[in-house]
Amino acid sequence: MSGPSVLAAALQDVLIEPAPGFEVPSIDWAGIAPNLILMLGSILLLTVVSVLKRRVPSWFAPVWTISAAVAAGCAVVPLWQRFADTGPETLVGGAVGLDGFSLFATVVVCIAVVFVALLLADYLPRESLESPEWYVLVLLSASGAVTMASADDLIVLFVGLEILSVAAYVMTAMHRRRVTSQEAGLKYFVLGAFSSAFLLYGIALTYGATGSTNLAEIQAFLAGDVVTQNALLLGGLAFMLVGLGFKVGAVPFHSWAPDVYQGAPTPISGYMAGAVKLGAFAALLRVFVVAFGPAYRQEWQPLVAVLAVLSLVVGAFAAISQTNVKRMLAYSSINHAGFILLGVLAASAAGTESALFYLLAYTFMAAGSFAVVTVVGRTGEHRQSLEDYRGLASVRPGLALVFTVLLLSQAGVPLTVGFLAKLYVVTAAVESGFDWVAVVAMLTAVVSAFMYLRIVATMYFADAPEGAPALRIPAATGVALGLSVVGVLLLGIVPGPVSDWANEAVAQLVVAAP
Amino acid sequence: MRVEVFTFLVAGAICVGGALGVVLFRNPVHNALSLVATLFGVAVLFIAQEAYFLAAIQVIVYAGAIVILFLFVIMLLGVDQAEAIERDPFRLRRTITVLGGAVLLAGSVAILLAAGQRTTGREAATAPLDPAVPDVERLGRAIFTDYVFAFEITALLLTVAVVGAVVLTRRSTGTPIDLEEFPDGSAYDVWVSDHPGALVDEDTADADADADGEDGSGDDATDTGDADGQDDESADSEVTS
Amino acid sequence: MDPLLSGEIGLTEVLIVLLKVVVSFAALMVGVMLMVWFERKLVADMQNRIGPNRAGPFGLLQTLADGIKLFFKEDLQPERSDPFVFKLAPYLSLVPAFLVFTVIPIAGNFSDGNDGVVTLLGHETLMQVANPQMGILFVLAMSSVAVYGVMLAGWSSGSKYPLLGSVRASAQMVSYEAALGLSVASVLLLAGTLTTNGIVAEQSGWRWNLWMTLLVPFVVFVIAATAELNRPPFDLVEAEQELVGGFHTEYSSIRFALFFLAEFMNTVTMSAVIVTLFLGGPEGPIPSGAPGWVQDYLLPLTYFFGKLFIFLFVFVWFRATLPRFRYDQLMDLGWKFLIPLALGWFLILTSLKVAEDQGWNPVVAVAVTAAVVVVGAVLLRSSIRAASGDDLDDVTADVAAGGES
Repeated sequence: MSGPSVLAAALQDVLIEPAPGFEVPSIDWAGIAPNLILMLGSILLLTVVSVLKRRVPSWFAPVWTISAAVAAGCAVVPLWQRFADTGPETLVGGAVGLDGFSLFATVVVCIAVVFVALLLADYLPRESLESPEWYVLVLLSASGAVTMASADDLIVLFVGLEILSVAAYVMTAMHRRRVTSQEAGLKYFVLGAFSSAFLLYGIALTYGATGSTNLAEIQAFLAGDVVTQNALLLGGLAFMLVGLGFKVGAVPFHSWAPDVYQGAPTPISGYMAGAVKLGAFAALLRVFVVAFGPAYRQEWQPLVAVLAVLSLVVGAFAAISQTNVKRMLAYSSINHAGFILLGVLAASAAGTESALFYLLAYTFMAAGSFAVVTVVGRTGEHRQSLEDYRGLASVRPGLALVFTVLLLSQAGVPLTVGFLAKLYVVTAAVESGFDWVAVVAMLTAVVSAFMYLRIVATMYFADAPEGAPALRIPAATGVALGLSVVGVLLLGIVPGPVSDWANEAVAQLVVAAP
Repeated sequence: MRVEVFTFLVAGAICVGGALGVVLFRNPVHNALSLVATLFGVAVLFIAQEAYFLAAIQVIVYAGAIVILFLFVIMLLGVDQAEAIERDPFRLRRTITVLGGAVLLAGSVAILLAAGQRTTGREAATAPLDPAVPDVERLGRAIFTDYVFAFEITALLLTVAVVGAVVLTRRSTGTPIDLEEFPDGSAYDVWVSDHPGALVDEDTADADADADGEDGSGDDATDTGDADGQDDESADSEVTS
Repeated sequence: MDPLLSGEIGLTEVLIVLLKVVVSFAALMVGVMLMVWFERKLVADMQNRIGPNRAGPFGLLQTLADGIKLFFKEDLQPERSDPFVFKLAPYLSLVPAFLVFTVIPIAGNFSDGNDGVVTLLGHETLMQVANPQMGILFVLAMSSVAVYGVMLAGWSSGSKYPLLGSVRASAQMVSYEAALGLSVASVLLLAGTLTTNGIVAEQSGWRWNLWMTLLVPFVVFVIAATAELNRPPFDLVEAEQELVGGFHTEYSSIRFALFFLAEFMNTVTMSAVIVTLFLGGPEGPIPSGAPGWVQDYLLPLTYFFGKLFIFLFVFVWFRATLPRFRYDQLMDLGWKFLIPLALGWFLILTSLKVAEDQGWNPVVAVAVTAAVVVVGAVLLRSSIRAASGDDLDDVTADVAAGGES
């Protein structure tokens, strides 16, 4: 035999070895399109800029990011139609859920991405930090948030969380000339890694107790079987609550939040308040309300109630004593987390809807508020204290007005979206029988309203310091501010369509076809 | 069966001993070595469970790459001297931490004790695994069927990590601009020692003022920043040039 | 269930294992002794010198004489050293070197689809000390443990040059382990098993991985193995001009001898691994009429050590001819060339395998994959070029300076 034919015969022998019974799950590319767009957007952006480097104009990255986010948001529309027609589905071997909940969350994440890209487009040149990696990381973290919100499997959820968090750690530390930024990044990273370990341990215990990491299977198992020795499961629940509680910034796992929000580049703080919180809350809702809701509600609700009350109270009272506006907003975000926890606590369809609506509303409010802080902070972000807002209304009446609207919305004044969001979560909590938590929530709303009004009063009733430098509002930031105010008012006055939409956005688990 | 128990006891002792060493040794290199001991103990436990592939990967990845990098950093940073903490400034915090750790440990043990013989809600495996199928194949099947999505998006996680690492190790340009927020000057000292020569071109008086206290550097930076953003930048780039 | 764990084990099994351990230990020690002599003699020949020629015939006992000398020298321990780690490090170097050899099949009939099983004392067994399921991964694991010996030796000496040497060594070994692993992956793809016995059996009938994987993984493996062994031209670890003696500068007496031993033992075992992975181990033509001991032991052993010898020669040849790499060149070669190459080649082989499984046209499948790999390579290349044009430039310069200062 000649050499090549021996080789060919040998290849034939070695290579043909079909694996018996091995079926790769079918991947529904259309079903995960929004997430894919975000992923591919980031990877392509990374490739393009790494090859072309300096030849890429500075507008390219933000425009690309916004387009990717808008495209991902548009990709939701046909999927929503599909969901409305055929009901919830589970894709890719039971790992990804396609339901109203995940689609709604995807849209909110995309909105957050648009906001942060607009803000970064002005912020980076101002701080001479321009580099496309910011946008790559934003898109990647958005994809992580979407993954978390649509995860039907605890492992997928964990990986999504890590994608989201690692990107957030890096972006927090990316202001290279501010030591506070680097300090915040390190702090966030160390504490975040610690809390991820808790979450992972909780997942491991849950797997031990239920024999599966798939949420639908866990739900089915708990519905069908009575676990006689549930110590392991309860331990798992507690650890997962710690891990996710850290990510949402709930007291007593909040200690990172003020420092990180203050130290991070301000647009990123806004993004963290929007997308990162959303990802963590989506995971919390999916795991606790949906997977463990029916069978183990009684066990986790008291824990969540404690977290909610502590977050509400600590967030509101600690915010009052702050003199740094960015830090104030950080504490207020803890207070908001307490409100959203009310929606989780309700453990009902109404609770989930209200939490989602709140998250959407807060994304607008946080993006706008932190945009104002970005502008007022000026180069180097030196001007963050309340003093620096004195007389802002006389210098920049428009900006002051925008900030006022956003702050009033955060305080929960009627005709703004903040009012409705708070109303929905409180109603949901009351319906589920947590009247006392609802009362606490409303009391803290009054307390934090004082803090918001203090900023408003400083802007309007104090004199501007002599010789204060001019304040310029760059175009893209202006657009972001406008969008957020329009969103806050529009959703506040005509909430109908969106809240109807949120009403359908309840997470559902479907067991994957075997 | 006795050999299995014996293996477990020895490997478990190595794990626990190593873990204690990580916490208790004063020298960072010894800590890292204790960590290696723990990882080896876990690898042995994997082998006792017939998870050969995981055991090998445990050694290759954790012992062979990760702890090596720990040691690398420890050695290059020169923090390999025994810590000299004579007086703990955070005595209360430390006590609370120890208490919290003890509670957590007690809780974990209690979970296992309470569960007793039936730790899990569901029988883990109703029949022994088929010895003819190697564990690598089993693992491969799991990864490419049930966990294929998790497996694929792990690539994304790695991308984030790589981008983050590259971005954060890039050299920073210019003087830090918020040193006034660290009134004791420690951050400034660290920065200067990390960037020898960065202040060469700056006016000596200025440098002194910066080094002396928070006021000098802080006001400087703030004032220029207020006057005009562009000025601030150029001032800082002069410092580095 | 492993028989050791279930406790069903008889005296004969224990005896067989002991016998194998003793034989392989002795063979390895003698092999190392000869290797040291061979290297010195060969390098001397290539440099037109005579080399060791006093102790024993042709200087064969030179290594033994050196060993005895080292054994009786004073055992120095630097004042600033870390006593425990200083004593531990040589063993961390030596033990992995020994252990790797335990999974190498050195004899047994592998021709014509035989799987190398021999009958010894009435038991069927393999001519390797152990045949664990993790197989070749065990070799990789041990080579990553060996890094500790070098690294800790350098650090625990409490001295500057050893530390720099060990930092270089560990960076180098960790980097090249990736290339090593990726080229092994190509072999595993064809073998379909991790066990060393299975890998050799799969190559039976002249289907050596050397050409079955189309040469590239072999080349990558040999280069990466040379770097992993810290042998010339990758011996920056002990670059005499820069680092005195590298990580073992402060070692003397028997501890130094242990490092020396480990280094040469690693050379022998790594050559054995190459033979196992790519050259069919003890496989070769075996006449079917020959007596059993010739079929099972004599010929396979001859083939195995013959192939081993080729690589030992090649390693010495490298040393005598190639100049040392600069540190940044070393890292560039590893990360920017070998790893992408091994990875790309692995993808191409995978596409071949998938095409066969799915019944696609293999030529088209390979062409498509190759095109994708080439595009990837071009993108990588151009992004490296773009990056080295600006800010990353001073980072690499920094790293290079850091490695050499």
